[in-house]
Amino acid sequence: MYDLQCERLTKRFGQHIAVNDVSFDVPRGSFFSILGPSGCGKTTLMRMIAGFETPTGGDIRIKGASVLSTPPNRRSVKMVFQHLALFPMMNVGENIAYGLRCRGENKADIGRKVAAVLERIGLPDVAEKQVSQLSGGQKQRIAIARCMVLEPDVLLLDEPLGALDLKLRERMKIELKLLQNQFNTTFLYITHDQSEALVMSDNVAVMNAGRFEQIGSPQELYNSPRSGFVAGFVGDSNRWQGRAVDVADGEARVALDAGGEVIAMTGDSKVAAGSKVEVFVRPETISLGAGADGNRLSGTVDSLLFNGANSRVLVRTAGGNLVEVGHAVMDGSSPVRPGDQAEISWRREHCLCFGVAG
Amino acid sequence: MNVAAPQSTALRWIYGGYMLAFFLYLAAPLAAAAMFAFNDSLFPALPWKGFTLDWFFGTTEPKLGMFYDRRLMEGLRNSLYIGVIVSALSVVVGTCNAFLFERKQFPGKSALYVLMIVPLVIPGVILGISILVFASMIANGLEDTFDLEWDFLRPGIFLVVLGQFSFLVTITSLVIAARLRKFDVALEEAALNLGASRLRVLRTVTLPYLAPALFSAFVVAFLVSFENFNTTLMLVGSDAPLTITMYDRMVKVGSTPVLNAVSVFLMIGSGLLALLSVVVQRGKEPKA
Amino acid sequence: MPRSDAGKLSLILLFMPFVLWMALLIVLPQLGVGYLSLREKLGPGKYSFGLANYMDFLHEPVYWNTLLRTAWMSILVTILALIVGFPVAYYIAKIARQRSRAALFLMCLIPLWVSDLVRAFGWIVLLRETGLISGFLQGIGLISGPVELLYNDVTVVVGLVYTVVLFMIVPLVSTLDGMDNSMIEAGYNLGGSRFTVFRRIVVPYAMPGIVAGCIIVFMLTAGSYLTPILLGGKNSMWFTEQIYEQFVTRYNWESGATFGVLLLAFTSFVVWLGLRLTGQSLASTVAKD
Repeated sequence: MYDLQCERLTKRFGQHIAVNDVSFDVPRGSFFSILGPSGCGKTTLMRMIAGFETPTGGDIRIKGASVLSTPPNRRSVKMVFQHLALFPMMNVGENIAYGLRCRGENKADIGRKVAAVLERIGLPDVAEKQVSQLSGGQKQRIAIARCMVLEPDVLLLDEPLGALDLKLRERMKIELKLLQNQFNTTFLYITHDQSEALVMSDNVAVMNAGRFEQIGSPQELYNSPRSGFVAGFVGDSNRWQGRAVDVADGEARVALDAGGEVIAMTGDSKVAAGSKVEVFVRPETISLGAGADGNRLSGTVDSLLFNGANSRVLVRTAGGNLVEVGHAVMDGSSPVRPGDQAEISWRREHCLCFGVAG
Repeated sequence: MNVAAPQSTALRWIYGGYMLAFFLYLAAPLAAAAMFAFNDSLFPALPWKGFTLDWFFGTTEPKLGMFYDRRLMEGLRNSLYIGVIVSALSVVVGTCNAFLFERKQFPGKSALYVLMIVPLVIPGVILGISILVFASMIANGLEDTFDLEWDFLRPGIFLVVLGQFSFLVTITSLVIAARLRKFDVALEEAALNLGASRLRVLRTVTLPYLAPALFSAFVVAFLVSFENFNTTLMLVGSDAPLTITMYDRMVKVGSTPVLNAVSVFLMIGSGLLALLSVVVQRGKEPKA
Repeated sequence: MPRSDAGKLSLILLFMPFVLWMALLIVLPQLGVGYLSLREKLGPGKYSFGLANYMDFLHEPVYWNTLLRTAWMSILVTILALIVGFPVAYYIAKIARQRSRAALFLMCLIPLWVSDLVRAFGWIVLLRETGLISGFLQGIGLISGPVELLYNDVTVVVGLVYTVVLFMIVPLVSTLDGMDNSMIEAGYNLGGSRFTVFRRIVVPYAMPGIVAGCIIVFMLTAGSYLTPILLGGKNSMWFTEQIYEQFVTRYNWESGATFGVLLLAFTSFVVWLGLRLTGQSLASTVAKD
């Protein structure tokens, strides 16, 4: 069943349409992410669900009942704010107890529940501490505990990992996923960082300029993007302009603007003979050397970029395009050097093209 | 290396010397006035005749100490009474104004904001006479048409409170608004999200945050009210605050060291209050 | 929708104290003074309206001279306060170490908390015939008899500067504090001399603070009562004294109101002129916090 349903949600600020006809359903107990660049409208969408903005059109339903007329302090969606918004004038225990006191629960129950939730997030002894004495990761968990102690139907998280440094962020991603499983609450997570969305979510919606471009599992989005935006935004991708020469059976022969021809799978229905297209190929699907069948281009090695497992070889093709080729092991054992002639190849199933407007 | 500071050692010494001279200049009259409060002489003048506390605690004429001088004590009492009332009122209205200008949108906001600053720029004497004139007009009008004698509209404590209030509100509004501006609205939204009613949010989140500013504003308003002269002079009736009483004494009777004693008392009192407000402001500062 | 109604209600509630305060204590009383200044007493209970009071003012050279004298001395005091105060503000904002900064600022504020009266009183004790400086000079043999240092213009100016210099320092410190040192460093890096950097970077940046300080100091000085009277004696000729005299001694409220209007108009004119000359506005300087 669905804990949260949004139907044709729209929000207009004067002439500007921030959220444009967005619909989605979040299954109970799942981790749903909304992924998009800054300014795409995801924060506005979240604020509408929390009740801080009124939708211009559409409906929001929590556990089947519409909440449009419920004020923000009565909705059972609790929110973890971007900068956490922990109350500086209260200690940790009082922060967590705040919602319970608003509900009017008695002291004994409050004490018990606060202790229980602190136990669950793995910080049993911090109730008396001041907020300023906690580390970044600890503050994160307290902010979540403050919401979870109220047993909400849905937990909203507004880019909570933005202020943390890289290593901590990586650890928190795993912790958040575990917490979600443990509490078995529905999480709605918004972010601009696609690795967060892919690692933690059961479902991801990619948002661009107020609209959802695609909703699906992380694998679907990564392997079968349904628009050029999704293909380019999720994961890394080589991106080439070209023109479709002919199209048949879901495959298109594309003449690249920079020269050369590739066979690509058509990603959407806008690809037709003669139309302008964009071709997407992921670096890890390209290999150096001539492959048996599939696409092939030749060029010169431009430079080597070392980045651990994400290392790349940059090859400049005859037409001038700079291609990133995945080259996971770069320890000097394979004889690639800048200036070398190189052939690169990849299978046509790993090559997608989408129509371009105009 | 502090780029803003003068680079050559000579210049730095001169600058330091200037600062020292400036602070001496600031302290000189105060030290002078304070000194003669302890001089065992009938006049606040040289020669120095020995140290005494009689000008504070002396009980017999002619060396009647400050704390036994009935009129001075009455003046002190009036000043305290007026100060507390006017400061409390100013803080309340100042808080309303702070919320009005920081949180609400309405047409003509910037013009009204400038209008709010105006009372600080108008000379105190003019604020005084304007309220005197206005109150008299109302009082005379009421007397002539309805035969009502509203004495409180004549010069007296009520008018003094109104006169000081008129510009103290600007000060408190600015102090409280400055603090309110630094408030992260996300805290209020978080409280709402956790289920608090709007009133509860105000009570448990916003006002505790503002508390240091409210206290500061109260202390500043109190100090300014206590030492105010120009506006009060035009509005004072028979119950005079301390500054007016001192002035009367100085002009009519001539200065005796009792007034020096009062000066020392005022210096110490104001200093302590100002220090208190700074300490409280810094102490309650959340180390975010 | 219930929420926007609550919003409107709170707006009206918050607006009420502001409106009452402004209308009843500032706007209407000032209008009242203006009204009174236009009234002329012909006899008991008989009044006529016109500019008669203003005519009287213009025809009496004493009043006119006093106003002008007050104005130019106030301008002098303002300039002096700026010259004296700027280095102090600069030191506190830029040069002093973090910890000493708060202490220095507090020390500057101490004379502020003590009443005008106490400050004037202190100067009297220092400067009069039987005062400290006279005694000191006699003691070291520079002069043979007691000297009266009070009751002249120089003393009045010194006393006024003392009273108002802190109101100049406070806005200056607040403005200079917000200045990033890297701007000064960039100025040097690009080849500026000490003087150029000061003239072209520091001063323009501090301009809103300077103008705010000058406005406040000028209005305070012009509206001063105690310092000119106590330090200047009978010949002080300060305009506020005239206002007081008309209201309290002569009970000629119409005349007093006229003087009040004139003082306000004249000082506002000077302030407006100053703002125009330096290209600032009231909102951008005094209202900025």
